[in-house]
Amino acid sequence: MSGVALAAAAALVDLVLAELAVGVQVAGTELFPNGVLEYLIGGLFVGAGISVIYLGSGIIAGNSTFLETTLSYGSRLPRFRQPRFVQSRDWRVVFFLSIVAGAAVYKLAFDPTVWVTEVQWWRLLGGGVLVGIGTRVGKGCTAGHGVCGVGSVSRTSLVNVALFVGTAIVTALVVSGLGVSP
Amino acid sequence: MSAEGRGPLFTLLIVAGGLIEGFGLAYSGMARPEVVLDFLQLEDFGLLLVMGGASVVAGVTFFVATRWLDRAPLTGRSYTRRVKSLDRNVVTGGLIFGVGWGVSGICPGAGYASLGVGNYVILWAIAGMFVGAYAQGYWRAYRSDAGADAVSAD
Repeated sequence: MSGVALAAAAALVDLVLAELAVGVQVAGTELFPNGVLEYLIGGLFVGAGISVIYLGSGIIAGNSTFLETTLSYGSRLPRFRQPRFVQSRDWRVVFFLSIVAGAAVYKLAFDPTVWVTEVQWWRLLGGGVLVGIGTRVGKGCTAGHGVCGVGSVSRTSLVNVALFVGTAIVTALVVSGLGVSP
Repeated sequence: MSAEGRGPLFTLLIVAGGLIEGFGLAYSGMARPEVVLDFLQLEDFGLLLVMGGASVVAGVTFFVATRWLDRAPLTGRSYTRRVKSLDRNVVTGGLIFGVGWGVSGICPGAGYASLGVGNYVILWAIAGMFVGAYAQGYWRAYRSDAGADAVSAD
């Protein structure tokens, strides 16, 4: 139990440090060239959404399990047909649709302009395949490990997050170093 | 109410949580792969505030619920923290996910939210995620079959 308190404290310290870094110049580069408010407020909402579901149901809802539970509708592979997938697949579809709708509400209310990413399709597709493999093999994604696992001060999640953040930074720097943009 | 609590209130709860989370993902900019890639290229550290802020809120909720609350009203489940076993899969999966995230700038939740802000091009990424999730399931099924054969051969 004190572990959770410790983790909350550690996360809080991180947050404060990040706050302090606002406006601080590191090697001539600003850490937060676009400010901090949208990031912080958005993050609080993400945590609040997870908390609402948790308090009402006791369920810690990650986002990548949806991929496998949804495959169980069409696949007979035992991996996807395991009871915990089949039992949760319906509400996970509802959860997915609600996330889409919540984002649409934001878009319509705050920024009703048409926007489409310029990141190239092959990056999205190729990266997406690896995200699908990695999150399912690794038992979670940015929400499951990154938010809920870190919030639980789970050593497993801290290891996983350190690995995927570190690998992603190296990968993104290599890709941009090769001249791919965006 | 079934054991998993599938009543209308349960569905409403999932909808409410999903709406709030999706709103937050869009508000924070995470629905735009460009913003995530800015972080991964060390040009804007805002993503740490999103993940940090969300973890603090979730962490405090988990702490309060596991310590002072009894059972979840809609399912009767007891409150637990999210603790999974640390094995080789956690390491391998984390590394593969990291490469994919670094290439695309998108993760599952942010991908769903990206669809919500009208970024239909993100369907490439979501399709990719389904292919990846299927491929690992197929591979694991094949491997465990092979493993079972080996055992029965003994």
